Amino acid sequence: MMDLTNYIGPKYNDFVQKLLDDRQTRYLGIKLITPFTVVLVLLICAAAVVALYRLAFGIGAASNLSDAWPWGLWISFDVLGGVCMAAGGFLIAGAVYICGLEKYHCVARAAILNAFFGYLLAAISICMDIGRSVVIWKALISSQINSIMFIVAIHVVLYTSTLATESSPMFFEKVGWDGARHKVSRCMVGVALFGVLLSLLHQSSLGAVYLIAPGKLSQIWYSQWIPYCFLLSAIMLGLSMVSFETILTGKVWNHPPPRDVLSGLGRGTLIAGILYLALKVFILLDTPGLVGMVTDGSFLGNLYLLEMAVGVVLPIVLLSFKAVRNNIHRLFAVDILVISGVLLNRLNVGIFGVQEFATRSGGDYFPSAMEWILTLGMIAFAILGFKLCAKYLNLFPQHH
Amino acid sequence: MPISRRDLLKGAASGGLLLASGVPAHATMSTTLPPNAVGFLYDATLCIGCKSCVVNCKIKNCEPGGALYQEGMTKPPYETKGPGNSGQWDETQELTGKTLSVIKVYKNGTCQTKDAEVNGYAFFKQQCMHCITPACASVCPGGAFKKDPDNGSVYYIASKCIGCRYCQIACPFGLPRYEWDRAWPEVRKCQHCRHITKKGGITACAESCPTGATVFGKVTDLREEAKRRLALKPGDEYQFPIQTVHSRNRQPRKVARYVDKVYGLTEVGGTQNILLSGVSFELLGFRKYLKNQALPELTWHYIAKIPWVFAGVFIGGTAIYKITHRKEGDKS
Repeated sequence: MMDLTNYIGPKYNDFVQKLLDDRQTRYLGIKLITPFTVVLVLLICAAAVVALYRLAFGIGAASNLSDAWPWGLWISFDVLGGVCMAAGGFLIAGAVYICGLEKYHCVARAAILNAFFGYLLAAISICMDIGRSVVIWKALISSQINSIMFIVAIHVVLYTSTLATESSPMFFEKVGWDGARHKVSRCMVGVALFGVLLSLLHQSSLGAVYLIAPGKLSQIWYSQWIPYCFLLSAIMLGLSMVSFETILTGKVWNHPPPRDVLSGLGRGTLIAGILYLALKVFILLDTPGLVGMVTDGSFLGNLYLLEMAVGVVLPIVLLSFKAVRNNIHRLFAVDILVISGVLLNRLNVGIFGVQEFATRSGGDYFPSAMEWILTLGMIAFAILGFKLCAKYLNLFPQHH
Repeated sequence: MPISRRDLLKGAASGGLLLASGVPAHATMSTTLPPNAVGFLYDATLCIGCKSCVVNCKIKNCEPGGALYQEGMTKPPYETKGPGNSGQWDETQELTGKTLSVIKVYKNGTCQTKDAEVNGYAFFKQQCMHCITPACASVCPGGAFKKDPDNGSVYYIASKCIGCRYCQIACPFGLPRYEWDRAWPEVRKCQHCRHITKKGGITACAESCPTGATVFGKVTDLREEAKRRLALKPGDEYQFPIQTVHSRNRQPRKVARYVDKVYGLTEVGGTQNILLSGVSFELLGFRKYLKNQALPELTWHYIAKIPWVFAGVFIGGTAIYKITHRKEGDKS
């Protein structure tokens, strides 16, 4: 290990040494320099260049957005998608710290950290997406209580801080700041409760963003229930995501995923999925002409059917079998279905669903190379960040 | 420590309840016409498509205080790209970050008759309608859109804008435009020539209209005038006012056949600019099915529930915590 005493002094060197001491997590067998990590780093560097270009030359120069398509890939995937992928954080924190479901304690740290990176992804991307990035703080002090965007902005900031607080004990533990760790642990229940509150509101308010645009967002997705659709699908996806990430880390790193936890998550996904499906079916029957719209073979109708079949109906059918819930490989496949289905839903709402209106007023949109690079770079950032945390922090505490 | 935590939760929950009981039933935005609301009446049957209004709009709004004005600008931001245009003249095709109003043409078949839907043509004007309850002002997270409480014009304060473009999503008419080509962009839209109308003047478009297709005035007067015109018999002669609705300068013209509708009376709760046309508004690209409902209300139903969620989560969460951690409490 490097000795930095000569450069930063013994005090900070000691701190760095503690942080970089990976003896505790060596059993996971995480290698830092792999071809995959190199690709991640390259993507992040490319995204950083794009971000600088975007800040210097403006949003119009970096993206293919236009007056007919004011929001594109960054909002639909990074923000809507990133936030809903983070829903696992509040669910697991709530289950462990409030409902006392100790079984899930072993996945809590990873789930919360995962959510933290999801929110970072969303927050950085929205900073890139808004036209005047450096004054984003103005959205927090305006008290525009009629604006969902004001509420969303407040929630992003508060919940990202909450997730950082919830994740901080493993950092304090690592560097040996026991006092701080103790203090955070003592208020963890309150913090978790606050996190649940913020998440319920934030997940649903992202759907509520579209409430003001009836007739712009296609009727297939627009309804007065869209906040609840976003919330329920986020819960479904969140649980799936925790399961996916637990199985995946178990596959690539040397730690066996806890089976009872996974089947519990599968059951949770099933329940959330049934509620979501029930709401969707209710909307389908409640809106006049909607059944015709989704079954007429049009592009949007087909997207809706695909999203519902892949993300909701098929997973529910599969998860209702015990044989699927108790088999890691099958669960993994179902998780992938749910994740792609719900992410498709966010893309449908954010991009495809406004297509009809946008093309009627004269515009077309396909994300520019820079938009793709930034989005890929943000995903790479989340993966690499998670990997580094897994290497240097005690992310999977069941082994102790 | 558990006691202080309980107190904290109690405080938060009662705070939430207090908030919830004080939540107004409607969005905190007025849904009635301001006392001195002004606007214009655009009568498409009078419009000859000369685009004087578009030209004057751009010139007047590039004066200090205008909606297109930028410090240090030497000439208006003309759009000189187009087939055959060698950079000589302003050629606006669409509303853009450089153009606040535009005249477009509807064409059908042989284009012989003015204001006929079949084998006819018609001009129409696109620009901010100045809603009575503007969606843009309600959704803006920075509060960059304001509705003047006196004359009701919806204007934009660039220093408060963060550039999220939610206004573009929310506007039912799809009107706010963004300066995509600038690194520090602003939203551009008609602001009723605030720098002129606040001093008692009239909007640039009404000022320059030679036929009285655009007349400026108080909204109540404009509505009366519009209804009067709808009641006229096609083919009769009528003295059409020029520039302002009560102008003494009037031109006699034969009344065209109107579609029986004043656009802007009920759409999204009403707008301050209102339109008359001989061709159905839907064919001119104006959206059908805009209900007589102020759009911010759609969002408010959701926002009004937030304090209840606060109270519910804190009370419910504390209850669940108490129940699930009962045994630990007994032990200690």
